[in-house]
Amino acid sequence: MDAALSVRNLRAYYVTDYFGVRREVRAVDDVTLSVGKNEIYGIAGESSCGKSTFIKTVAAAIRPPLRVLGGSIKYSFLDRDLYDLDEKKLSDIRWKQLSCIPQGSMSVLNPVRRIRESFQDFAFPHMGLDRSEFGKVVNRHLERLHLQPTILSSYPHELSGGMRQRVAIALATVCRPEFIIADEPTTALDVVVQKDVLALILETQREIGSSMIFVTHDLTVHANISDRLGIMYAGRLIEEGPTRDVFRDPMHPYTRHLVASLPRIGDLTAKAALTGTPPNLAQPPSGCRFHPRCPLATDICRQANPELTTAVPGRRVACYAVTPSPEARAMTNHRMTNDRFPPS
Amino acid sequence: MSPLLSIEHVTKTFARGGVFGRTEFAAVDDVSFSLESASPEIFAIIGESGSGKTTLARMILSLESPSAGSIRFLGTDISKLRSRRDRLQFMQKVQPIFQSPSEAFNPLKRVDRYLFASAHHFAGHRTRGGREAAADEALKKVGLSLAEVQGRYPHELSGGQLQRTAIARALISSPALIVADEPVSMVDASLRMSIVNLFKTLRDQLRVSIIYITHDLATAYYISDRVLILQKGKVVETGPARQVLSEPRHPYTVRLRESILSLDDADRIHADG
Repeated sequence: MDAALSVRNLRAYYVTDYFGVRREVRAVDDVTLSVGKNEIYGIAGESSCGKSTFIKTVAAAIRPPLRVLGGSIKYSFLDRDLYDLDEKKLSDIRWKQLSCIPQGSMSVLNPVRRIRESFQDFAFPHMGLDRSEFGKVVNRHLERLHLQPTILSSYPHELSGGMRQRVAIALATVCRPEFIIADEPTTALDVVVQKDVLALILETQREIGSSMIFVTHDLTVHANISDRLGIMYAGRLIEEGPTRDVFRDPMHPYTRHLVASLPRIGDLTAKAALTGTPPNLAQPPSGCRFHPRCPLATDICRQANPELTTAVPGRRVACYAVTPSPEARAMTNHRMTNDRFPPS
Repeated sequence: MSPLLSIEHVTKTFARGGVFGRTEFAAVDDVSFSLESASPEIFAIIGESGSGKTTLARMILSLESPSAGSIRFLGTDISKLRSRRDRLQFMQKVQPIFQSPSEAFNPLKRVDRYLFASAHHFAGHRTRGGREAAADEALKKVGLSLAEVQGRYPHELSGGQLQRTAIARALISSPALIVADEPVSMVDASLRMSIVNLFKTLRDQLRVSIIYITHDLATAYYISDRVLILQKGKVVETGPARQVLSEPRHPYTVRLRESILSLDDADRIHADG
């Protein structure tokens, strides 16, 4: 298999059934994407777009009421679907082949244990080395991440936020996993530290050669790390392409708005805001989920959901304004014909 | 005419440690600036976490008192406000907006109660009709209406709507100064500009001065008239916004400026494409 990760038609909903009322929040609704080997795939989107749910699903970290209702998730290092594995096999691959850099470093660091013990807990069981060899590998790895090996004796609270996040990155990469999932790893950091930590993540990924999914709502972070970018809205993937191209030439109206509304130093032009709010995923709008807020919405958008189609090679968009459906084309032709030859 | 707000050599120290080995550190260290009454402005205070910007905001709102120096509002030293009447008058004129809309509102209370309470205490509306009219008028200024938020709990509104409701609440008393501490950092990017643009309208049409506390240099560049850069409690640079942010002089400001990420970085990083 060429792709490091292949997700097909994934549907993950929060399903609750209280007092006889069944409610489905369609957090991830029919998502298909592939991550190539040695590639960083960025996922962008705002609150309630489904990116956090998507991450939990591909990390095999779901819990009721979140359920996978359909679709497949295949990693290159597994011979079967992720959800066909038993708990023992999942435990084997966690950290060794599939690891995670979380939003808050304290999600992986035990506050009452020294840093050294986190490494022993997470990494030692997977590496098959004796203690002194393991110690040397960890020290070398820390130095590569610009951390002094002396921090191994510290407790998490004795380190600054930036240092803790670098420890979290070290933990996630020491076993040189094939796939790393990063969930907003720099959001909580100060702007000066953020730039350094991003550069570090990029350097480490290039050196190990792992593939990565990097989730953040911040487009400027994607500009600094993601090779390709997927934009999610209301549980669906609505645009995808190489990061540089998506920013230079955004196709979907939502993406165009996001890119245009970013303030920049040196730019004083007035920025318009988008009206409305993201939809309720328990009762999503009919057809295209963006149509209530879209300046280009037409009848077809209210009736049918646009598929994510290849607009130009390497770029996919889900929008009738960009890639008209056969029905939409027929409607436009009909109107144009009537204008030229008005019915008498 | 006395300045609207005058901060003179304000310092705030906190003590760290237990009974043995107690040290003091200055969260805010000798900060001075002033805002004029005649022309409303948006004054940005930029700093990272731990720079003292929130402590400074709390002192301006009279929630804490300085360890040294003085803060004067329209000529009166605010640490001298003792009586309930004096404090109420001050709070009427100086209103806060905080970072997290979901923390500013009690999840078990309907949001209109906050609006009605402000209308009652700060704008003197004693009748229900008066309170509702005041709330509706304030909500219209932020692009909402009483019909949209009446009877709603915080979880029924989006982050953007909640933050705009918080701003409406702050406007009910017709304040002269609004202290906004990171007002847009938790709001989605697609809605952020609607709130940032709103601040411009508040300054230009309602003649309200705004102290805009943020770590985001880009929005500060976009709407501020003047900026003040704080590092570890000390002022490192201050001046007109465009000038300081386009041509920073102090090394720390330069570093802040260089750390800003931008969409154009994609061209540089993926040049091998």
